[in-house]
Amino acid sequence: MASYLVKRLLAFVPMLIGITLISFVVIHLAPGEPVEMQASMNPKVSAASKARLRELYGLDKPLHVQYGLWLSHLAHLDFGRSFSPDNRPVTKKIAERLPITISINVIALILEFGLALPIGILAAVHRDTLLDRAISVFVFLGFSVPTFWLSLLCMYFFGVKYNLLPISGIHSMGSERLATLPWFWDMSRHLILPISIATFGSLAGLSRYMRSTMVEVLSQDYITTARAKGVRERAVIYRHALKNALLPVITLLGFSLPGLIGGGVIFETIFGIPGMGQLFYQGVMARDYPLIMGILVIGACLTLVGNLLADLCYALADPRIRHGRG
Amino acid sequence: MTLPRLVTWLLAALLLAGCAKGAPEQKQKPRVKGGAPAYGDALVTGSIGEPSTLIPILATDSSSGDISGLVYNGLVRYDKNYQLEGDLARSWEVSSDGLTITFHLRHGVKWHDGQEFTSRDVLYTYKVVVDPKTPTAYSEDFKQVKSVQALDPYTFRVTYPKPFAPALASWGMAMLPAHLLEGKDIMKSPLSRAPVGTGPYVFKRWVPLQKLELEANPNYWEGKPYISRYVYRIIPDSSTMYMELKAGGIDEMGLTPVQYQRQTNTTDFLNRFNKYRYPASAYTYLGYNQRLPLFQDRRVRQAITCAINKEEIIQGALLGMGQIAHGPYKPGAWAYKEKVEDFGYDPARAVALLKEAGFVMGAGGIMVKDGKPLSFTIMTNQGNDQRLKSALIIQRRLKHVGIEVKIRVMEWASFITNFIDKGQFEAVLLGWTTGQDPDIYDIWHSSKTAPKELNFIHFQNAEVDRLLAEGRGTFDLEKRKKAYYAIQDILAREQPYTFLYVPDALPVVSARFRGIEPAPAGIMYNQIKWYVPKSEQVN
Repeated sequence: MASYLVKRLLAFVPMLIGITLISFVVIHLAPGEPVEMQASMNPKVSAASKARLRELYGLDKPLHVQYGLWLSHLAHLDFGRSFSPDNRPVTKKIAERLPITISINVIALILEFGLALPIGILAAVHRDTLLDRAISVFVFLGFSVPTFWLSLLCMYFFGVKYNLLPISGIHSMGSERLATLPWFWDMSRHLILPISIATFGSLAGLSRYMRSTMVEVLSQDYITTARAKGVRERAVIYRHALKNALLPVITLLGFSLPGLIGGGVIFETIFGIPGMGQLFYQGVMARDYPLIMGILVIGACLTLVGNLLADLCYALADPRIRHGRG
Repeated sequence: MTLPRLVTWLLAALLLAGCAKGAPEQKQKPRVKGGAPAYGDALVTGSIGEPSTLIPILATDSSSGDISGLVYNGLVRYDKNYQLEGDLARSWEVSSDGLTITFHLRHGVKWHDGQEFTSRDVLYTYKVVVDPKTPTAYSEDFKQVKSVQALDPYTFRVTYPKPFAPALASWGMAMLPAHLLEGKDIMKSPLSRAPVGTGPYVFKRWVPLQKLELEANPNYWEGKPYISRYVYRIIPDSSTMYMELKAGGIDEMGLTPVQYQRQTNTTDFLNRFNKYRYPASAYTYLGYNQRLPLFQDRRVRQAITCAINKEEIIQGALLGMGQIAHGPYKPGAWAYKEKVEDFGYDPARAVALLKEAGFVMGAGGIMVKDGKPLSFTIMTNQGNDQRLKSALIIQRRLKHVGIEVKIRVMEWASFITNFIDKGQFEAVLLGWTTGQDPDIYDIWHSSKTAPKELNFIHFQNAEVDRLLAEGRGTFDLEKRKKAYYAIQDILAREQPYTFLYVPDALPVVSARFRGIEPAPAGIMYNQIKWYVPKSEQVN
């Protein structure tokens, strides 16, 4: 097991370099440069000052030199400074946004699994009944309704019309003067709408997945055997079927790890949540290379770790895999 | 099976709720107008973007400008009628040959940290702007300077090698505190996140990505502003911002034409808010690439202008919230010439002009010359709905006179790099913001046609070149006016652009704020005189 782990971890290094190389090239292939975005079409900026800016950012060097420099800095865990006029360290900009994005995503993920799994099981057990179809309609509604539309509707309803919930942002005016508990309550109220809408939209995928694996397991011979020998239906479903049906879900959980640091751009923009999605989007639009690369590297690491964790959990959960590997 | 039933029930409730009819809008009592000026309350404003840096010479975005404008002062500024007046400079003299300007600084002006503002600060600001190591976008005007001198703490003199009219206005640039910056790397200065200025508001705090807060400066030389706090909330989505406005989360924002015309005319809204409307300092145009033989023919450009119904574009794209543009200046500016040659909307004349230029009507209703159909592509940038709509209306109108138009919408960066800079375009639909000084040398002079320069349509006119040099080469207002009037006549005749429209700015401010006096310069110029009567203060 330990040697397996070491092997996997060592394999991360070339993979990471590959990922960063490809990302680096792709970003630089996109037309336009950071300087461009700040200075184009501005009568007050001369060609000379643009050239000076390029030099300052090191954009005048050939691409492979730029990549080499970036990589050597990264080796010292230096992600560089943002090309935007604030010129702040990339790590600082990311760190500022990470907590809110991660908290929202973790809560939404817990809610998603907490709701989608029972819904999927329910649908599978009551396959082809009215309930099953109603659930299908419900989850697909969430899946297909455009987030921005539903968000605006809810904001209007709960925020403007009935004044129950705050509309955007994560804190009210003057919240910094509140004590810890009321402050926390204030923030929670701001997060109710975004988190509910995010969860509603993500139910479909997981619950359908759960339903189909559950249906498949329920049609297996050993379930029939269990039923034939008179095991109670509850026990059949929860003890015999569910355990096996849950296995593939572990993989899904592993895959959602990198998703934790990502945020939906439209979603964050509408609710005014200062999260990672907006940061990345703005970074791309402004061709802020160090920032884009910083976020991509973190995302890539989390993806690799997520895959590894999923594999490990799989081995833990499934004796066949565990013994097969020795 | 209680759970499934519950779920089904919830489903039904949810679906029904979606169909339920809305309750009537909540009403508020109409406010009594009037009330004496009083100190207090907060003005909360919404912004799509977050400031990038609060050191003004390093910033190019409007959000940074919004905050810096309240925290810093320049030596001069524009008043509500776009006339230059003294700001940190009490007065100034221009020598008779137009080569030296002497500024007399105000006495007793204090930086927010208590230090006195003197000519040393002016000197430092000049030096840091022209320092090649400073990545600033604003050095161009200051590179014209021959020498600067701080004669005494309250007198500052600048000398130019030849008279340069935009010089005076360029000293409206925000003055930086020398005692905090001298000898330090301005790029790494903490002032970019916590500025120290001389302005009416003092920087208080910046909660990244959420809001910035300013507080009234009790020692401001023009008097303490009435409104005690200024809160700048960052709300990246404009629909959300509008909801925040309605829910009372912000006090002011700029409306879109649709919001102004269609969504804000309820009595409830009008009781709670005041809407304002005045021409913005910007215009939108259709520019022709004059490297191409097709557009080198003046008659073709004139014909296209004749075929476009500008009024229709204003109605269609702006819902009437704008006015027709005939030239590069905003109506009401001192350099703006009211009467220039106007082609008007005249499709018959368009056809006649095209025939004169050698085109004949071909099969399919498209004009043809030498076997080639009259067809071109209008390019515009992504994300500007008004421009796209304008392009569509133009496309339809030009079809009527036998011109085929294709439209291509592109992301900004690729548009600029791959097409504008390389001259790879036929016609573009874009806009310019107009500065307060009428100098438009960079956009129209024939020397400004290199890649990355602004005369990218390759307009070349010796007379305009001469007039542009004349206009920036004298401080005599009458002479400048004459030069810019002549330029407007030439542009109107030549039609290197078809000037389309000047959009309206449509700000809306909560009705509890009084003292707002709309002027040619808009409403923000006297923000420090706005107030909320004691009885209506909420924050």
